[in-house]
Amino acid sequence: MTEFYGYERPDGQIGIRNHLLVIAPIDCSYEPAKKIAEQVDGAVAITQTYGCGNDSMLVHNLAGTALNPNVAGVLIVGLGCETLTGEILMEKIKPSGKPVYNITIQEEGGTLKTHEKGVRILQEMKQETAQLKKEPFPLSKLTLAVECGGSDATSGLAANPAVGVAADKLIEEGGTVMFGETQEMCGTQHVLARRAVNKETADAIYEIIETQEARQRAMGVDSRWMSKGNIDGGLTTIEEKSLGAVRKGGTKPIQGVLYNNWERFDTPTKPGLYLMDGPGWDVPSVTHMVAAGAQIVCFTSGRGSTTGHAIAPVIKITGNPRTFKNMGDNMDINAGTILDGSESLNSVGKRIYDMIIKTANGRQTKAEALGYNDYIVFKRSREAEHLLGHC
Amino acid sequence: MSKKAIQVDAKDNVATTTSIVEAGETVEVLSPNGEVILKTKPVEKIIFGHKIALKNLKKDDAIIKYGEIIGIASKTIKTGEWVHTKNVNSARMHTPGEEVKGITS
Repeated sequence: MTEFYGYERPDGQIGIRNHLLVIAPIDCSYEPAKKIAEQVDGAVAITQTYGCGNDSMLVHNLAGTALNPNVAGVLIVGLGCETLTGEILMEKIKPSGKPVYNITIQEEGGTLKTHEKGVRILQEMKQETAQLKKEPFPLSKLTLAVECGGSDATSGLAANPAVGVAADKLIEEGGTVMFGETQEMCGTQHVLARRAVNKETADAIYEIIETQEARQRAMGVDSRWMSKGNIDGGLTTIEEKSLGAVRKGGTKPIQGVLYNNWERFDTPTKPGLYLMDGPGWDVPSVTHMVAAGAQIVCFTSGRGSTTGHAIAPVIKITGNPRTFKNMGDNMDINAGTILDGSESLNSVGKRIYDMIIKTANGRQTKAEALGYNDYIVFKRSREAEHLLGHC
Repeated sequence: MSKKAIQVDAKDNVATTTSIVEAGETVEVLSPNGEVILKTKPVEKIIFGHKIALKNLKKDDAIIKYGEIIGIASKTIKTGEWVHTKNVNSARMHTPGEEVKGITS
């Protein structure tokens, strides 16, 4: 049985990184929050960019990131007059047993006083959390998120199926995998629903994908057929196009749909494969899956991509040998060996699986080595959802 | 080196080419384990990323890729033949009657 090394948190979850998270609940305090985080090794600042409202989707995502076990301790740095207060986040984060502190710039008396207090709090947390030791845990404690972005013709052929092989293997070993981007599932609801473990999940799969199709129709996008470029590239039907995208999630039964809206922000309840009803853009999609508990991410890109994540390692995989050569600074794994027949799909899948375990154990990804802390919360428009009858 | 096509799932009855295959050139089809499961000579040019039939298919047979049905044969397809919009329709939604123009194989 494979094991991985991680840090046990007070709530029993296992982190593979030991970050301190600085949350600016409103973008007004993001600059000071970033300066505070820069002072302490392993600290990283995040915010949201939807203005001053206490929107539950934003609360779910910010608090979800803090609850991710890759985070050892939390400092909230607010401006002081925001609607989404530090107290609202504290209430969600405290039950985890993690250290969490809340300060505001208006109350502390300006940036420099806040900076001094914030850095002291982080330093003290760092001194304590730095002594935590990694211990071995079963893969039932590891959750992988899979994502694709900057796709090309090699994605559905090499990188996505190879990540799917790794995802299947992780689940066979007791782990959890989630994949999202509902808009890329359009046309495959009948196939995905067939893999659902029960009727409730099958119904949920139909609901989220057909809702997404309605959103796209409302925007004037015809999700039912493809572009000439897709067809020129060899894609014959919409089923084929979407199946190439969802193949990165592997072939295992789907345990449930993770809703990500104003009322619900679901996290996996037991090991296996999950489908997240999430945004279709790379960074928000990864942000939401990490907020739902994924400690590690596999990201496929045919054309090449640079993005990492504030608190989770992101392993970059390309099926395009030229991209691996051109963007070697950013891509971790070359799945392009499948294309020239020099390596089998299953062999590349095994290499990706091994990289997942090594990365969990502490190996840095290219995005980590470059210090990339991508983090963007996505929020749907309540007005638009209301007009569509989905809210 | 001979030309290759990849079968993504062992259940698939089509494989995807990994480079341009000229008419009459031999294509080796590789299984997910990397074994050569078929050698065939297409009668027409097939460009990179397009599909090739691994067996003879009748009209209305399911076209399988990724281990799932990606469409239905709209006419007879022979082993080694180019599989695309000219001989496959979506199984799920109406396919426009007009064939998409401007693709050269």
